[in-house]
Amino acid sequence: MITNNRQSKSNETLMQAVFFMSALISVIAVLAICLFLLMRGIPAIGEIGFLDFIFSEKWGPTNTPASYGILSMIVGSIYVTAGAIVIGVPIGLLCAIFLAEFCPERLYKIVKPAVNLLAGIPSIIFGFFGMEIIVPFVREAYGGNGFSIMSSSIILGIMILPTIISISESSIRAVPESYKEGSYGVGATKEETVFKVVVPAAKSGIFTSIILGIGRAIGETMAVVMVAGNAVMPLSKIKLLKPIRTLTTNIVMEMSYASGLHEESLIATGVVLFVFIIILNTALSLIKARTNRN
Amino acid sequence: MEVSNKDINNLRLRKIKSIIFKAIVWLCGILTVGILVYILLFILIRGLPKINMEFLFGEYNSKNLSAFSSIVTTIEMIVISLLISVPIGVFCAIYLTEYSKRGNKAVKVIRLAVDTLAGIPSIIYGLFGMIFFVNVLGFRASVISGIGTISIMILPVIISSSEEAIKSVPDTYREGSYGLGATRLRTVFKIVLPTAIPGILAGVILAIGRIVGETAALIFTSGTNVMKEPTLNLFASQRTLAIHMYMLATEGLPHSKDMAFATGSILILIVFLINFATTKLAGRLGRLNDGK
Repeated sequence: MITNNRQSKSNETLMQAVFFMSALISVIAVLAICLFLLMRGIPAIGEIGFLDFIFSEKWGPTNTPASYGILSMIVGSIYVTAGAIVIGVPIGLLCAIFLAEFCPERLYKIVKPAVNLLAGIPSIIFGFFGMEIIVPFVREAYGGNGFSIMSSSIILGIMILPTIISISESSIRAVPESYKEGSYGVGATKEETVFKVVVPAAKSGIFTSIILGIGRAIGETMAVVMVAGNAVMPLSKIKLLKPIRTLTTNIVMEMSYASGLHEESLIATGVVLFVFIIILNTALSLIKARTNRN
Repeated sequence: MEVSNKDINNLRLRKIKSIIFKAIVWLCGILTVGILVYILLFILIRGLPKINMEFLFGEYNSKNLSAFSSIVTTIEMIVISLLISVPIGVFCAIYLTEYSKRGNKAVKVIRLAVDTLAGIPSIIYGLFGMIFFVNVLGFRASVISGIGTISIMILPVIISSSEEAIKSVPDTYREGSYGLGATRLRTVFKIVLPTAIPGILAGVILAIGRIVGETAALIFTSGTNVMKEPTLNLFASQRTLAIHMYMLATEGLPHSKDMAFATGSILILIVFLINFATTKLAGRLGRLNDGK
């Protein structure tokens, strides 16, 4: 009995260590990702020169002399992400309002699973859809060859919908009933109540959904590479209907044949993208901390 | 009280505004469903008729752009990544929920790490996998490099859903087990985990979905190579189904676009299955919680 007890105690200690080690793996993974990206990316930035890398729009790694400026890709990423927000946030937010406040229960059983299904569709499907439907549509409706900031924005706008909808919906649902009753009490219609009371009360959840949407859009690669045209444009020629290259697509377009400093400059492009993601994550935790405090 | 004309007009204006707002909200709801239906029909209508035995199980050559070897690689990748990530993820969730004290510093760091992993875009995972597994460990572009990369990528999915599932196990279950003299470890394995299985499974299925749809993290790790016939060789470069679709959509061989539609249809059918399974599991978990 005593040995049994001792054994179960040592089992307990052993397993506790195993649980802790498993939990540490996530930390190790994050550290390893940062370490290896920085180890391969930072020396390249040093060699190219920080200013020449970030603030030059000249990208020609195979030219002589080679140039490694990614400014137009940084701007490209910001443009397509902004475009995605312009398209995805209004539709997504209004759809979330619809689901939380207006949707009849029967219809809810169709719309809600549809949103979940949209979240599960692989980016390659969105990219292919964009290439076959959105690009020709933009070409015919607005001119140009269709591979453009606009097509990328539309595809990314669709892709961030489920993120915006699900998180906004749950934050709208979390608004206390008493807020609405107060609004009805002073004679507001349902629509006025939703617009002026419920949505403002749910704003931290809505901001969270928008930031997560930005994260998805700026990091998306395969869907964008299929619709953006991927030409490196000088800043003065970046237009809504012209092709664009983003940070992510720069990596995917050239990695297969890059070597040496060229390869490392692509990893450094990844480092810049990673910095954007860290900024977004920090914003998220700030919002979280503020909501917890209130 | 006297009601002036201005008040009535004002009221009418407010009513009209309300109706317009309501219409726009309905429109956005319908638009979202419409977009989904459009995408699904667009792929399925052109893709489903192209799926046949030759495509599913035939030899890959320039005439028959068969998906057989990509399907086998995808399954191989799912099975091995899950074997690696599910134990680690579930154990991590057990640590976070059952073994750590509230406000513990280690827990804060681990949570931050899990949140960070969840927010990292797949292309960054792809870069890391290329540097670490392909170059540093010298695995080259191979299925094993892909598995290593993707195992890290699905960790946060498994950890968060396992944590949710374990948290939702009522405390009375644990107290009952302790009351009968069971140790903490025994309680975790005999009482908590079995009760949490539907939720953990839901996370596993979500992870399968991520693996099946992944392209950016795999294109430079497991690569785009395709064999005539499937092989389970972990050290060969092999494409998965999603990468097969990407290559077909962009490489412009004869019929390749049709076959991209067919591959897309398979992917969509898998996504359907995954969604159906998670909804069923979520329903079961919901009933469990209602019963407490």
